Amino acid sequence: MRSKLLHIALVDDDEDDRFVFREAIGEIDIHTKLSLFDNGQELMDFLALPNIILPELIFLDLNMPIKNGITCLREIRSNPRFKNVIIAIYSTSSSEKDIEQTFIHGANIYINKPNDFDDLRNALQKVLTLNWQYANSNLNKQNFLLKL
Amino acid sequence: MKFYVKYDLEFICNNLLRRGLDDLDLNYHILDSGAITIDENFSEIRTEEIRKKLQAIGISILQDPKEMLVQQIKDTITEMLENSERSGQLKVSSYLTEKLPYSYSYLSALFSEITHTSIENFVILKKIDIAKTMLTEAELTLTEVAYQLNYSSVSHLSYQFKKTTGLTPSQFQNIIRQRGVSNNIPDRN
Repeated sequence: MRSKLLHIALVDDDEDDRFVFREAIGEIDIHTKLSLFDNGQELMDFLALPNIILPELIFLDLNMPIKNGITCLREIRSNPRFKNVIIAIYSTSSSEKDIEQTFIHGANIYINKPNDFDDLRNALQKVLTLNWQYANSNLNKQNFLLKL
Repeated sequence: MKFYVKYDLEFICNNLLRRGLDDLDLNYHILDSGAITIDENFSEIRTEEIRKKLQAIGISILQDPKEMLVQQIKDTITEMLENSERSGQLKVSSYLTEKLPYSYSYLSALFSEITHTSIENFVILKKIDIAKTMLTEAELTLTEVAYQLNYSSVSHLSYQFKKTTGLTPSQFQNIIRQRGVSNNIPDRN
């Protein structure tokens, strides 16, 4: 299982944020393959393709042009094909209302974007480790909620 | 009229396993130890196909003896936590070494090597997982949950819950409750 590749997608319209995210995830010792998307529509178009390897974990920014994070979240959660996908919201918003609403609409994880690289790496380390436990242990995925 | 049924789990599981393997057109032998031997070597794609097929009927292939032992550790911890009235205040380390023929330091090192986490962290994660189910499905109060899971106090449970999930037990309960409600509303679009 150590050799198993974890497929991750990040949807974020900010190029710098995508760059830093890629750097941070590369420093974690869980083997991952990261796909990047500029906005929600790009992600949804990709997910609609036949014969793709579905990402097991999707990081979604909330404020994006064309299609925002909450719309993506709702579309993904209304499609049974994606019922095993873990969704992490990755946003600058720390509003309690945003956090609660995304959880209610089916997000599993809420990360308030850290400003510091080490904090980001530590947050991602926590997320990937916990995600690993949910993927490989007998834990109830319905109750997988994490706020960082 | 009312019937009571009793399951022979091993028989049922073995049948399911056989059916799955038959569907895959394999020449196999099932050994008593839970090991399966197959009279050919496969490509990675074919192995993945077998893994997926069995996964779909709830059977996972364990890759190596280390992973099997890790699975046994997890099962033993789960069993201990779910029967807390019998296992009582026993420490996880003594419970594990009583059930499995290895030293705790060996089990602990192996577990960390394979799972990216320690046995102690896994125990907390599993306890909080059980607490979540008790809070949402059984609708138990936090005091009852703390008692059933052998926490020394309600505040200790609350603290560990918040540390593990980032949410307080009541925030968690609230979200799960509202999820249930919003799922019952037909989509208006």
